[in-house]
Amino acid sequence: MSTVWQFITRRRGGEGWHWTDIATWVWLIGGLIVMFGPAVWLTLSSFKSPAALSKFPPTILPYVTQEVRVEGFDKALPLYEVKLPDGTSVNLAEKRRIGVIAQMIDPKNPETVHKININDRKPVDMLEFATSNYTEPFLQFDFLRYLWNSVFVTVMATIITLAINSMAAFALSKYKFRGQNLILIIIVGTLMVPLGVIMVPLYSVVSALGLFNNLWGVILPTVATPTGVFLLRQYMLTIPDELIDAARMDKASEWQIYWRIVLPLAAPALAVLAIFSVVWRWNDFLWPLIVLSRSSLYTLQVGLNVYAGQLNVQWQYILAMTVVTMIPVILVFVFLQKFIARGIATSGLK
Amino acid sequence: MGRITLEKVTKSFGAVKVLHGIDLDIRDGEFIVFVGPSGCGKSTLLRQIAGLDKPTSGDIHIDGKHVNDVPAADRGLAMVFQSYALYPHMSVRQNLAFGLENARMPKAEIESRIAEAARMLEIGEYLDRRPGQLSGGQRQRVAIGRAIVRNPTAFLLDEPLSNLDAELRISMRAELSALHKRLETTMIYVTHDQIEAMTLANRIVVLRKGQIEQVGTPLELYNTPANRFVAGFIGAPSMNFLSGSIAAIGREGTTVTVLGEETLTVPRPADDGMVQQAIAVGVRPQHIRLAGPDQPGISAKVDLVEGLGSETVIHARASTGEPLLAVLAGQHALSSGEDIRLTFDAKDLHLFDEAGLRL
Repeated sequence: MSTVWQFITRRRGGEGWHWTDIATWVWLIGGLIVMFGPAVWLTLSSFKSPAALSKFPPTILPYVTQEVRVEGFDKALPLYEVKLPDGTSVNLAEKRRIGVIAQMIDPKNPETVHKININDRKPVDMLEFATSNYTEPFLQFDFLRYLWNSVFVTVMATIITLAINSMAAFALSKYKFRGQNLILIIIVGTLMVPLGVIMVPLYSVVSALGLFNNLWGVILPTVATPTGVFLLRQYMLTIPDELIDAARMDKASEWQIYWRIVLPLAAPALAVLAIFSVVWRWNDFLWPLIVLSRSSLYTLQVGLNVYAGQLNVQWQYILAMTVVTMIPVILVFVFLQKFIARGIATSGLK
Repeated sequence: MGRITLEKVTKSFGAVKVLHGIDLDIRDGEFIVFVGPSGCGKSTLLRQIAGLDKPTSGDIHIDGKHVNDVPAADRGLAMVFQSYALYPHMSVRQNLAFGLENARMPKAEIESRIAEAARMLEIGEYLDRRPGQLSGGQRQRVAIGRAIVRNPTAFLLDEPLSNLDAELRISMRAELSALHKRLETTMIYVTHDQIEAMTLANRIVVLRKGQIEQVGTPLELYNTPANRFVAGFIGAPSMNFLSGSIAAIGREGTTVTVLGEETLTVPRPADDGMVQQAIAVGVRPQHIRLAGPDQPGISAKVDLVEGLGSETVIHARASTGEPLLAVLAGQHALSSGEDIRLTFDAKDLHLFDEAGLRL
């Protein structure tokens, strides 16, 4: 603990505080809270009961009111810490409540009934993780089917993305042709067109192709990404042209140059794009929601939407399943962060 | 067979003309070196021959076959690149096999060719390593090996030694020379280093600004440079050029006045009309010696003396201010600022007219 404290309070040297020490501290700790806070809140809240979720003021940890079993009562009774008129405080169970007055009993001595104003008592909280938030959806919610749909969409879209983006990037980086830069600018320019703008025309195209209510209708419109083409092109520019000349002298066809020379050498950039693509496709919500209307085709993100009804939102399940759907993405980042950092460094992308 | 003929080959990149009509006949089995300062078009010329670029006009024949429209892979040539261009993700063995696999050669044949090349270049030990795990010299051998296994009609080498350190360069140079003797295959070698050119070539092609300045054996170029550029480019340190003029033209040769100080008769004819014309007199630093007290010569002031032991390099300035470099055999006790007198033999002089052409 002392080493941790020493680490956190480490300064630029000397005894005093330099202003950069404070700035760094605020920046880093503040950043940590801003970036990590929501994830922690989400995870902890996913273990809360519906009552705890709607409680005000909100708590960070999942508390529930402690309950006791009292002889003569079928159900467990909630336990409260009560301040008695004589100034002592005792733990009493609530038997019944009428208006602002609660009839409370001592669990050890259930005969005497105290009448207590509800403002004079405080629930006795205890930490309890509502794991049923996780287990119940697995029973009633078609989690495995949604998971399979999500995996299928993510894997297929990523494979196709890698294939066609790398081909485009190969052509744009290694061939000289008229209009090369114009094509690149047009491709990168499509980054500025948000999904909202093309949603309606895209929908008519997809439905004209008969891909409505089909997982391919989710996959195909997303596979050509300008980011991917740009990222791979930037990386392929660093592959020396002499290698390609050497391959040509070695009787390699253009396909072989692409497949056996350029692709293996672009592996780090392909890894980055694969990671991005997995994260994008896994987290996609709007487009799958539009294309898929049969629940057997829902992806996880769309599936989660069933908990948000018109009148009633089952937050506890949404939060729990959101945590579950985050797991693959987190694993991708944990294990492949080295590639991500390199990809960002080589292409200037985020 | 590896006879390569170039006829009026030109190459332009957009409006920039890089090669201005190259005519060249490379004989079978010849070691020919393209030499010239950077940007002279020597690598471009090599790429035209290799088929990696298409000439804008002109014809290239390999063994009598017109190859302008034949792709690089089908010309039967092998190339060694300056950066070696080894495939970094393949082992040495895979690097060597790549071209042969593409040519759909049987596995056994590939194996035996690799074994043969590995034995010849002594790279057998690291056939299973990646290029990244090899030293510069080893990579160089692998690059040459990749060319050898193809059994090409001619080797094209693009500054193959320029990434090596000085010592390794000298030993690789000797090995290349030995390899050429053994394979007896045509080799075209591009370099900007005239020492490499002199030591390796059967014939040297001196290029400048996309044009051939002179083609000849190394000694031809050294002894009778066709023009001032070749004279200055071949030979190290490079030739001194002193201003002079033609005093008279007689039967024994041309009498020239050098720097207005010394008059010599060079056994070389000139047109009668050139009397009194200004010319450049070239003399190699090795041909200059100190003049005795009563001998004719030119006076100079020493700027810098570099004593190398076996020889002494003197940077001096003639009375006209023109720089002079002299390489004197042995050791000489000279110091900067000293006035000396230098002389040379008439037979060692090279005369160039105002256009830079040899008289």
